[in-house]
Amino acid sequence: MTLSTTAPATALSTLDLLEAEAIHVIREVVAEFERPVLLFSGGKDSVVVLHLATKAFAPGRVPFPVLHVDTGHNFPEVLAFRDETVERLGIRLEVARVQDYIDDGRLQERADGTRNPLQTVPLLDAIAAGRHDAVFGGARRDEDKARAKERIISLRDEFGQWDPRNQRPELWSLYNGRHTPGQHVRAFPISNWTELDVWQYIEREGIALPPLYFAHEREVYDRDGMWRPVGPFSPPREDESVEVRTVRYRTVGDMSCTGAVESDAADLAAIVAEVAVSTLTERGATRADDRLSEAAMEDRKKDGYF
Amino acid sequence: MTATLTATPTLFRFATAGSVDDGKSTLVGRLLHDSKAILADQLEQVARTSADRGFAHGAFDFALLTDGLRAEREQGITIDVAYRYFSTGARSFILADCPGHVQYTRNMVTGATTADAVVVLVDARKGVLEQTRRHLAVVALLRVPHVIVAVNKIDLIGFSAEAFADVAAQAQAVASELGIEGLHVLPVSALEGDNIVERSERTPWYDGPALLELLETLPAADGLEHEVEPLRLPVQLVLRPQGGLAPGIAPDEAERLRDYRAVAGRIASGVVRVGDRVELFPAGTAATVSGIRAAGVEVEEATAPQSVSLEFDADIDAARGALVVSAGTLPAAQREVDAELFQLDARPLTPGIRVLVKHGTATVQAIVAQIESRYDLDALTHEPAQALQTNDIGRVRLRLAADLPLEPYRTSRHGGSFLVIHPSDGATLAAGIVRD
Repeated sequence: MTLSTTAPATALSTLDLLEAEAIHVIREVVAEFERPVLLFSGGKDSVVVLHLATKAFAPGRVPFPVLHVDTGHNFPEVLAFRDETVERLGIRLEVARVQDYIDDGRLQERADGTRNPLQTVPLLDAIAAGRHDAVFGGARRDEDKARAKERIISLRDEFGQWDPRNQRPELWSLYNGRHTPGQHVRAFPISNWTELDVWQYIEREGIALPPLYFAHEREVYDRDGMWRPVGPFSPPREDESVEVRTVRYRTVGDMSCTGAVESDAADLAAIVAEVAVSTLTERGATRADDRLSEAAMEDRKKDGYF
Repeated sequence: MTATLTATPTLFRFATAGSVDDGKSTLVGRLLHDSKAILADQLEQVARTSADRGFAHGAFDFALLTDGLRAEREQGITIDVAYRYFSTGARSFILADCPGHVQYTRNMVTGATTADAVVVLVDARKGVLEQTRRHLAVVALLRVPHVIVAVNKIDLIGFSAEAFADVAAQAQAVASELGIEGLHVLPVSALEGDNIVERSERTPWYDGPALLELLETLPAADGLEHEVEPLRLPVQLVLRPQGGLAPGIAPDEAERLRDYRAVAGRIASGVVRVGDRVELFPAGTAATVSGIRAAGVEVEEATAPQSVSLEFDADIDAARGALVVSAGTLPAAQREVDAELFQLDARPLTPGIRVLVKHGTATVQAIVAQIESRYDLDALTHEPAQALQTNDIGRVRLRLAADLPLEPYRTSRHGGSFLVIHPSDGATLAAGIVRD
C-alpha cells in the first residue's frame, strides 16, 4: 500500500460518507465485542467489507478472522480467490462445510439441488463453535424488501432467529450491541450501499475480485430466463440446450442457484456503466432462490440466514 | 491507494411520515418510480401481486414496494421503518419510510434522528390532524434541519388555491407553535405526480419547487453545522498494531510505524489538522495532533463525519469513551442530566430504576432520579407524570455514575443525544436529548 496525502476535504462524496459510516460500524463492533468474525464468500460485498476493515485498522492488520460457509457447490475460481485474499492479508479463515452435514445425515439434499438454504445450520454451528458474539456480513438493504427493514446492528437469539417485529430502534449513530450470553449480533456495515455504490467503490479503490464478475465465455443454458452455468452441480436437463455465451456474474453464490447475465463488460468502468443503466435488480436477475416466493428472503432470515 | 474526494454526488437522508390513508406509500412509490429506482423485476412482482389482489390490469398497489414483511402484506399494515435508496444526477438519497399508526413515536424517532429532512404528509381534504401535530412535535423536538409538509391529494380538491392556502396556514400555525423555522409546504398529488418530480401546470398559483427539486437543493446537515463547530471526536478504540502491522508494508515503513499509536473514531463535528492543539475529556490533558489518517490514508486535514485515526506528539490517556476536542473547548463534566426522553420500550420508565446511558462511545450506569412531566402531544403542554409509558415523551432527570461531556441538543445533535439501555437484557428503553 502506498500512502498519499490528499488535499483538504471540502465536500465529501456519497462514497466518502458511506465509507466513513461503514468504518465507524466496523470499529464499534471490534471495540464492543469479544470475538467478531466476518462472513466471507469471496463475493463482491464481503470483499468490500474486508477492504473497509483493512482501512479501519491501518496500518495494523484486520483484528478478526473470516468465516466461509462452503456449500460444496462454489465456483472454483471464487474459492481460489478466497484463499489468495486471506493469505495476502494474513488473516485466519474458518470454513464450515455443507457437504459434511449432508455426508453424515444432519442435512438432506433438496430435490431442486439448491444448497443456499442449507447454509443456515452450518453457519449457526460455526458461530457457536467459534464463540463468535458478532458476525459481520455484506448484506445491503437495497437487495431485498425484508433486508430493507434490517438494522445495521441486528440482534439474534441462540437459534440465530431474526424477529422483524421486535427490532431495537437504531437512533442517531448510537449502536446498541448489548446482548446476553447465547445471543449474538449480525453487523452490516454496508447496509446503506446500493449495488452501484459497491461497484463505484470497487473501481475507485482498485479492489481485486474473482474473475467471473467480468465478461468471459462460458458454457451456459437458459433456465427460467437465467443463464445457468454448465458444471458438475448444475447440469442442464435434456430439453435445455447448451451454448457458449459471453457472460458475467452480478452476484456470486452457490453454482446451483446463481445465474449469469449476458455482458461485454470486461473491466470495472464497463461494469459501473452497465449497472447504472440496468433495468433488473441483481437478485432478480441472477438468484433462483429468491424467486421461490415473495417472502423467500424473510423466511430464510428468520431461520438464522444472514 | 488514493482517496479521491469529489464534490458530487453527495448524500441526503430524509424520512417520510404520515397518518393512515394519506397516501404515503403512494408518495414513496411515486418518488422511487419516477426516479427510476424501481427496476423491471420489482415492478413485475408488484404488478403480479396487485393483480392477485384484484387491482385493475396495469394498476399498482405501491404499498407492496415498501411493505416487505409477510405480516405486513397479510395485514395490510406497515410494521417497521424501511430504508429505500434512489439517486438523481444531483444527489443520492436514503429514504427512511416511517409508518404512522403503529408505534408512531418509535418509528418517527428512528427515522428522524438521522434525517436531514422530514416530509410529513397531510391529506388536503382532512387538513392538519392530531397525528400530524404529533409528528411535527417529534420532528421539532429532534430538531430535524428541514421540515416539509406535503399537502397530498390536491387533485381531489380540484387544485383549489384557497383550500391549499387553508391547510398551509394550519400547518404554519402548528409549526410556529412548536418553534419549527422555515417550514416548507407543498401542494402535491402523489397518485398523479403533480409537484413530485416536476412542477405541475395544474397548480399555477403555486410558485415554489416540486418535492424532488426541494430535496435536491436543501443543504445536508453535514454541510450545515460541522465546519463551524469545534472538533468533537468520540474515541472508539486505540490502534496499537505493534507487531501486528498489516502484511505488505515495506521494511523502512514498518520501522517508522513500530510505535504507532492512534485514537480511532468518527469526527462528530468540526475539522482537525496536523499541528492542531487538542484536549481530552475526561482527563483534561492536552496534546498536539502529529498525524491523521482518514479511512486509513494519511492526510493533513479531516472533517466531520469522516472516520479517522489521530496520532499525538505525547502519550496521553485516551481510551474508548474519551472525547477529543479542540483546545479550549472542553465541555463541562456532567453527573446529572435534565433530558427529554422518548420512551420506546413496552415497560414503563419509573423513578428509581437503574439503567445504562450510552453517549458517544461511553456507556455509564445511571438512575432515573425524577420524572418531571409528560408531554401531551395533542395539547402541546407538559403534564405531571409518575411514569413514562411506551411512546410517551417526557422530562426526566438522570443521575450518572461517571462524568459525561453532555451538551445541549439544541447546539449539538451528537453531544446532546443518548440511549437509555436496560442493564440486564440490553434493550434500548428510551432515546434521550439533553435539555438546555
